[in-house]
Amino acid sequence: MADLAVRIGSLRLTNPILAASGCFGYGVEYADSLDLATLGGVVVKGLFLREREGHPPPRIVETPAGMLNAIGLQGIGVHRFVAEKLPELRRLGATVFVNICGSTLDEYCEVARVLSDAAGVAALELNISCPNIKEGGIQFGCSLTGTYEVVSAVRKVTSLPIIPKLTPNVTDVASFARAAEDAGADAVSLVNTFLAMAIDVETRMPKLSNVMGGLSGPAIRPIAVRMVWECRQAVKLPILGMGGICSVSDALEFIIAGATAVQVGTANFVKPFIWSELIDGLGSYLDRHGYPSVTDLIGQLQLPAREHA
Amino acid sequence: MAVDVFAPVLANTRLSPDYNVLALAAPQIAALARPGQFVMLKTSSGLDPLLRRPFSVFEHLRDADGALQGISILNKRVGVGTAQLYEARPGDRISVLGPLGRPFVPVHPPAAAWMVAGGVGLAPFATLAESLADRATPMTLFYGGRSASDLYYESFFARLGAELVLTTEDGTRGESGRVTQPLERALSTCPAGQPLAIYACGPTPMMRAVAALGERYEREVFVSLEPTMGCGMGGCYSCVVRVRSGTGSHFVRSCLDGPVFDATTVVWDALQAGH
Repeated sequence: MADLAVRIGSLRLTNPILAASGCFGYGVEYADSLDLATLGGVVVKGLFLREREGHPPPRIVETPAGMLNAIGLQGIGVHRFVAEKLPELRRLGATVFVNICGSTLDEYCEVARVLSDAAGVAALELNISCPNIKEGGIQFGCSLTGTYEVVSAVRKVTSLPIIPKLTPNVTDVASFARAAEDAGADAVSLVNTFLAMAIDVETRMPKLSNVMGGLSGPAIRPIAVRMVWECRQAVKLPILGMGGICSVSDALEFIIAGATAVQVGTANFVKPFIWSELIDGLGSYLDRHGYPSVTDLIGQLQLPAREHA
Repeated sequence: MAVDVFAPVLANTRLSPDYNVLALAAPQIAALARPGQFVMLKTSSGLDPLLRRPFSVFEHLRDADGALQGISILNKRVGVGTAQLYEARPGDRISVLGPLGRPFVPVHPPAAAWMVAGGVGLAPFATLAESLADRATPMTLFYGGRSASDLYYESFFARLGAELVLTTEDGTRGESGRVTQPLERALSTCPAGQPLAIYACGPTPMMRAVAALGERYEREVFVSLEPTMGCGMGGCYSCVVRVRSGTGSHFVRSCLDGPVFDATTVVWDALQAGH
């Protein structure tokens, strides 16, 4: 059986299959149904310093092969997370990635400090890409200097691996990966959702209370694969790829395009027991193609020969 | 604990051009399911619709020897997913995830149980009525629909000993008007010393009206809500309902903290229209 272990900076993961933030609650919701320790990691729902109520419903709407969400980062805040959820996640043996949010640089840093002082956090994913709230991160994630500043600031206050999560709602995502690398990030994750909208033509009202939301699911996968491929060529950092992964072959596309690990979000809503299928299927693929380790497959895209130079 | 069963369709009984009962071979879920719990069904193997749909567990199905065979769901065709379930054929396989959510708590005698159902809101009451019958709790089913063609399974409830009170808005069956009319009359004549629990499921305006009657007559009301759900497991935070807490209120996930709620905790003004 091929070796599925990968490294994200100083962190070793037993396999490259992670549950994506915002799609897996705080992880503990799934503890009755799954052994969380079998996942490469669990990226818990985005946390601010304080509790947040989120947007009024309707918060989701389905679209062909996808869904829009505007949850608005409802959350319990970092202190309650550390007190109420983290000990349980530790006991369950989960590799805990915490997605952190902030309205200001100071807030990102404070959340990062609290989590660095708590036992049981493996890495911090910086949410600079939520499309659904005005003050939470996207103003950092849509500006190269903002991305550089937030990564640099958090870098100064934590020794945990930091992984900015990039938005696809920019012209050139690779330049944002470079800004993150220059600022001292350990990896980047991409993509967050695509800003989108759906309208009820009978009432002529938006289908989401927040008017706009983020599109996820298989509909976005080919764009996300392309963006991972672009970033792979722009930076040396490990990439955590995501966007509509529903099967082993979907996950393999991201790894071949250059992702060291992948995150699965929307598919978990449909198939909460997808994890063993993905992990076992990845091992089978590597064995079948003679790769001793998944790390040998990362970025192994075979480009067609060109007739002209 | 929830399980995901790729269940063969045992039978599809069409009750009308809109309603059907789908029997699913999921004995594992039947063994675990308690009254008021729900399952998430993947109505097609394709990507449209992408997400599962929540349904109350309607009946526990048993074979001739009494062994659990599976569950049924009561479906009303309203959109793409429910249309796929209306068209399902025996032998088709449907992914069934469950059981999920907080169940009803059936009361014991001397308390009486009144169930108030509007249309397809009958669904969670078949298993509740069985539980109540097991406890020998006296029960009444107040069951309303738009028309006679919206009312089904009365004999199922009668067999379990439930007293039936039927209403239709067009007067084609039972009393003409809304189900809350006979409910209010019954409340006004029920002796104060008679302990009573009211369980309601149906359109939001109906449940809200039942909740208001419960407050007026100081009776406990439990409602089974069904907001739009993404996952049913607590992962997505889309199915939130605003509930009172202390002097304020906050959103809770109806898949974990519901679908059954004490009606006095629900902030009815905040409930999504159309459910």
